[in-house]
Amino acid sequence: MAKYTLGRLGMSLVTLLLIATLTFLLMNSVPGGPWLSEKTPSPETIKALNEKYGLDKPMIVQLGMYFENLIQGDMGVSLKMQKNRPVVDIITEMFPVSAKIGFFAILWAALAGVALGAIAAYQRGAWVDSLLRIVATIGISMPSFVVASLLLTTFAGSNASLRFFPTIFDAALGVKAYILPCFALGVYPMCYIARQTRSAMLDALGQDYIKTAKAKGMKNTPIIFKHALRNALIPVITYLGPQIAFTFCGGFVVETVFSVPGLGRYFIQSISNRDYPIIMGTTIFLAAFIIVMNFLADFLYRVVDPRISIGQGGK
Amino acid sequence: MDNTEKKLLEVKDLRVSFFTPAGEVKAVGGISYDLGCGEVMGIVGESGSGKSVEAYSIMGLLQSPGKVIGGSISFEGEDVLAYDKDQMLDFRGKKVSMIFQNPMTSLNPVYTIGNQLAEALRTHNKGISPAQANGKAMEMLTLVGINNVGKRMKQYPHEFSGGMRQRVMIAMGLICSPKLLIADEPTTALDVTIQAQILELMKELQKKTGMGIIFITHNLGVVAEICDKVSVMYAGKIIEQGKVDDIFYKPGHPYTIGLLRSMPRVDAEAYERLIPIDGTPVDMLNPPDGCPFAPRCEHCMQICLTKMPPYIALGEDHRSACWLRVQEKLNGGEGQNNG
Repeated sequence: MAKYTLGRLGMSLVTLLLIATLTFLLMNSVPGGPWLSEKTPSPETIKALNEKYGLDKPMIVQLGMYFENLIQGDMGVSLKMQKNRPVVDIITEMFPVSAKIGFFAILWAALAGVALGAIAAYQRGAWVDSLLRIVATIGISMPSFVVASLLLTTFAGSNASLRFFPTIFDAALGVKAYILPCFALGVYPMCYIARQTRSAMLDALGQDYIKTAKAKGMKNTPIIFKHALRNALIPVITYLGPQIAFTFCGGFVVETVFSVPGLGRYFIQSISNRDYPIIMGTTIFLAAFIIVMNFLADFLYRVVDPRISIGQGGK
Repeated sequence: MDNTEKKLLEVKDLRVSFFTPAGEVKAVGGISYDLGCGEVMGIVGESGSGKSVEAYSIMGLLQSPGKVIGGSISFEGEDVLAYDKDQMLDFRGKKVSMIFQNPMTSLNPVYTIGNQLAEALRTHNKGISPAQANGKAMEMLTLVGINNVGKRMKQYPHEFSGGMRQRVMIAMGLICSPKLLIADEPTTALDVTIQAQILELMKELQKKTGMGIIFITHNLGVVAEICDKVSVMYAGKIIEQGKVDDIFYKPGHPYTIGLLRSMPRVDAEAYERLIPIDGTPVDMLNPPDGCPFAPRCEHCMQICLTKMPPYIALGEDHRSACWLRVQEKLNGGEGQNNG
């Protein structure tokens, strides 16, 4: 187990290194730069700025310096959006906002998705199943900007009788501010999880051990929740691992529509602003988060299914 | 068995059909048999002959679109088909248990053996404490010949071999002391040496507990090993039934004879070959009129193709549905029928 964890850790570092390098190269190959704005500064100013932030050095040197600083926990400073503010500070400020919304979004999505998927599988072919299938298909095919905009215009729009929620996100309002973004962000994962649970449950319900459980004289409820569901959870966990990371780091669209000052929105803005250190910082942060979540998911498999052993192939 | 005693199980004219989009499939077309307490009956037949379907209908485990459309099943005098949902749950696993063909997949891979064994007990004994249930589970495991029970209880199915898993299945089936055990091809998926061990175990447990067993198989050798009597099924009908010796030494139906000829024997001469039954099983969507075996039968007569033969008694508790036997009877009961 320890050996396995170490190996995984090494692999993760290599992955991170590759991602960072790739991002760095891609980012620099895109035309434009952080200094461009409505009023283009003079070439001398640009040159001075480039020198100050080290952008005049060869790319390989820049990359080396970046990694050197990264190891010391320094992700550089923002070049433009919050000029000279350390990227680490920016991430620590914005991530909690995204993570809070993401947590509740993925929580309701997982609970509702698994429950609805299980019910649909059990009621296969009945109207509940058909209804859920329609809802899930709509939820999956509808782009999140449509979902978010619909919610916003309906429940936080000009119709006063339906305006239950603030139009512009304000953390000071508490729960009220979070409901719409959480809901909007969770719709897609919920539908996806519901569909996946349904098919995995159908598969599980057709297995011989379900027949055994029935032959024991067990009632349907324990058969479904004890015997079938646990076996059906593996694909859901596979999906949930990286999805939690994505959702925690904020949905760009949802954060934009609801004006949430979260990491997701900021990440996309940093790209259009060519604020290189922020792009690098958020990418590495997100990548590391996904790697950690995948590791956790692998660990959870072991908990859910004893046949999967970590590291060694069986005993 | 004493005939005056109340029968453990009486099946009368049971009919089960599957209503598929392509039409009605009469999987079981009116079968009758009874089983006394402590009797072991084999149901023999090829794939698709309806032997498993018949067993599932006793357990109330028929899957849609299968449906019992006629006949009766009575267990200790009670009409099983009239049971409501709760009565059925109480019946299943407690009075009648079932073990299945494939021990590799019949245990839930994500729970320990101990958990699954205790669960069988606790389903029917709500008041029992976990410690008591575990104790009983360990007792059962010991009974079916599993060593190192304490450790085994905490293991998962994948840590057991096929034969061991079937032992666990048997322990699970017997944990509530049922009066009847339905074994649906319990040895088919196991290799031959393990088959023999499992059969030996079942025989031994049957003697210990005095339960009745319905042993579903396509293997006549297994039947000879363990059963008191045999019903031979073909295309959803019992075409011959009788005591094990009658079936083996005085078979009355060409299908039974064919089955016996296609079975390898230790005492066969080296040059003797197994003789397969020609033809293919009946298309159950369009079963022939008359005897279902007629198209494959070497003795097929005109009447066989048009009318299903009635049962002819060939001896005590031995009957067969074949026009050949009907003819013999009419001609004065010669041939194999010597009463």
